[in-house]
Amino acid sequence: MSKSVLIAEDVSKMYRLGLVSTKSLAHDLNRWWHVVRGKEDPYRMVGEANDRSSKGESEYVWALRDINFSIYEGEAVGIIGRNGAGKSTMLKLLSQVTQPTTGTIKVRGRIASLLEVGTGFHPELTGRENIFLNGAILGMRKKEIQRKLDEIIAFSGVERYIDTPVKRYSSGMYVRLAFAVAAHLESEILIVDEVLAVGDAEFQKKCLGKMGEVSKGQGRTVLFVSHNMYAIKSLCTRAIYMQNGTLKNDGNASLIVDQYLSGYDSMDTARAYQNNLSEKAVYLEKAVCQNAVGIEKYMFTADEPVRIVFTVRKKSPVRGVFLHFVLRNYEEVAILETDSREGGYPEIDTDLEGNFTSVIEIPSRILRSGRYHVSVGIRSEQHDPAQIESIASFMSFDVLADKSPRDARRNSILSTILDWKDAGRLEI
Amino acid sequence: MKEQEYSQDNWDLVIRSKTHWLSLNLRELWRYRDLLMLLVKRDYKASFKQTILGPIWFFIQPLLTSSVYAVIFGRIANISTDGNPRLLFYMAGVIMWNYFSTCLTATSATFVTNANIFGKVYFPRLIMPFSVVISNLLRFSVQFLFFFGVLIYYMMKPDYTVHLTWAVILTPLFLVIMALLGLSMGLIVSSLTTKYRDLAHLVGFGVQLMMYATPVVYPASFLQGKWKTILELNPMTSVIEGFRFAFMGSGEFNPMSLFYSIGVTLVLLFISVILFNKVEKGFMDTV
Repeated sequence: MSKSVLIAEDVSKMYRLGLVSTKSLAHDLNRWWHVVRGKEDPYRMVGEANDRSSKGESEYVWALRDINFSIYEGEAVGIIGRNGAGKSTMLKLLSQVTQPTTGTIKVRGRIASLLEVGTGFHPELTGRENIFLNGAILGMRKKEIQRKLDEIIAFSGVERYIDTPVKRYSSGMYVRLAFAVAAHLESEILIVDEVLAVGDAEFQKKCLGKMGEVSKGQGRTVLFVSHNMYAIKSLCTRAIYMQNGTLKNDGNASLIVDQYLSGYDSMDTARAYQNNLSEKAVYLEKAVCQNAVGIEKYMFTADEPVRIVFTVRKKSPVRGVFLHFVLRNYEEVAILETDSREGGYPEIDTDLEGNFTSVIEIPSRILRSGRYHVSVGIRSEQHDPAQIESIASFMSFDVLADKSPRDARRNSILSTILDWKDAGRLEI
Repeated sequence: MKEQEYSQDNWDLVIRSKTHWLSLNLRELWRYRDLLMLLVKRDYKASFKQTILGPIWFFIQPLLTSSVYAVIFGRIANISTDGNPRLLFYMAGVIMWNYFSTCLTATSATFVTNANIFGKVYFPRLIMPFSVVISNLLRFSVQFLFFFGVLIYYMMKPDYTVHLTWAVILTPLFLVIMALLGLSMGLIVSSLTTKYRDLAHLVGFGVQLMMYATPVVYPASFLQGKWKTILELNPMTSVIEGFRFAFMGSGEFNPMSLFYSIGVTLVLLFISVILFNKVEKGFMDTV
């Protein structure tokens, strides 16, 4: 077993909610009085689990509660969880921005943390000056930065503007430069918060590539917080799943991500669409996703078909109604579009009233892994606005990786299997 | 436990809730000296971006202030300047006092102004106040050269008895006392204001009040009796009087009061470092 480089023992962090006021002064005095008499902090007892959506009794919440884990040399660990699960608090503790309320964290080697790109950038300074300043803030020595300057500038791709004040930069250029500095940190442990959410797709890919290189190529330890499950799966070997400030599970990245996503479903039942009230003569009443045998679900593997079931309510006998379906990927790029006139004119087109259920099925191995958003429009050939309804991205589902050896490295939008036919062989 | 195979105490960093009350990590501060210099450079560059006069603003400001003082306190109020040319007398006071007061006010806002950057990345927090003290020293040096030019002009005029004395060699000491005094008072305020900001509202007023309790716009010889006692209790008094004595050969300067200032400075420095250390680890939650 390789050496552990980071150990967290019973780490907890308590926060006080509300405003700082005379009331907090009273609490501080009371706390101080308890400490003076050698008693325990009275407010620690009343701390509650951090559940942001329900109103609690106490002003004190545990953002983290009794977290234990150890991380070994060269591991790439993803930290996942919903908003408010304590991921960022954990990273803040690890990067020494704040201290734990109880517990200990032990670290071997240098930690560099990247909770934000471009910390300390000064708008009036040029790109080059900011590289030095930002590098030094992140803990690099001047000589070190000098040595890597060309590499950093090349990686950022803003060479032409390097002697222009960064206040003239576009936000994309700003982020590129900032990440370029951070990517060239030399530390044994690198901590990265969700910083890849910025920048264009090409640059995101470059960043992920660089992080992969850091962990796999250089054998450094990486801790990575992200909501991008695809990135976690492809980059990390291990994942830590946090929920309401506690550590829910810890293990193989793929397994944990799958567990997280399926758990997400049970918590987020609102993924199915339901609308029982509408002024319109024709409207979408219900929509769900199903697998091939009709079981409702929102997590599919690329190897199974995705069925989407629409129930449309028609209150008056209008003719010429058709459905228009658009599927967008996580980047909101429309990748599939079809309407019901192309696929067989279902019964809804006739002048009958009632609830009409239409099903479309996306065959297996069309979509690659990722999250997809469903939009649907109900249109009429008479263009009567009272009959038209258009609902954008109202439902989403996830597709997990397929089992082919290509998947983890697939960059294309689709994962369709094409036939490889032998077209002859020539003896040489 | 797998980690028991390795020695238990072989950790480079241990993060826990309580730190020792005097755990000043000087080695770490030294490791970040490049950052200190880059911050000083940033302050310098950023303050003159998009100005035409650039660093000339460094001495326009004390020149204007001294002229105003020369008119109000000299001409109108007719306060004595110990026989020195008014402009020179006030300029000596103004550049010295400015250095002290900017160190104090800028340092006192350390946590509030840097909350954003402190919340995202760790480096020894003391670097920030140190950079303030050093970049202001740079500014002081430029102002001092200007002052020296004005001094030479008056020394060549026969109507005045302006002359340098042996105390000139104490100038670095005056600067160090001022810098450390401003730094430690600022640190104390900044440590006390992370959670309750009430004190921050008093700083501006306090500094102004302190200026009038320091011989900046009048010589120490101007006061007598119990007012004099207040003046003598103020650690800045001996510094400014000493500076005037060194360069203009006038004023009340005795080494004992300088030792008193040094003592007060060291005590305040000690208290401030302890306080700052205590709050710097957890201030992010309350600032």
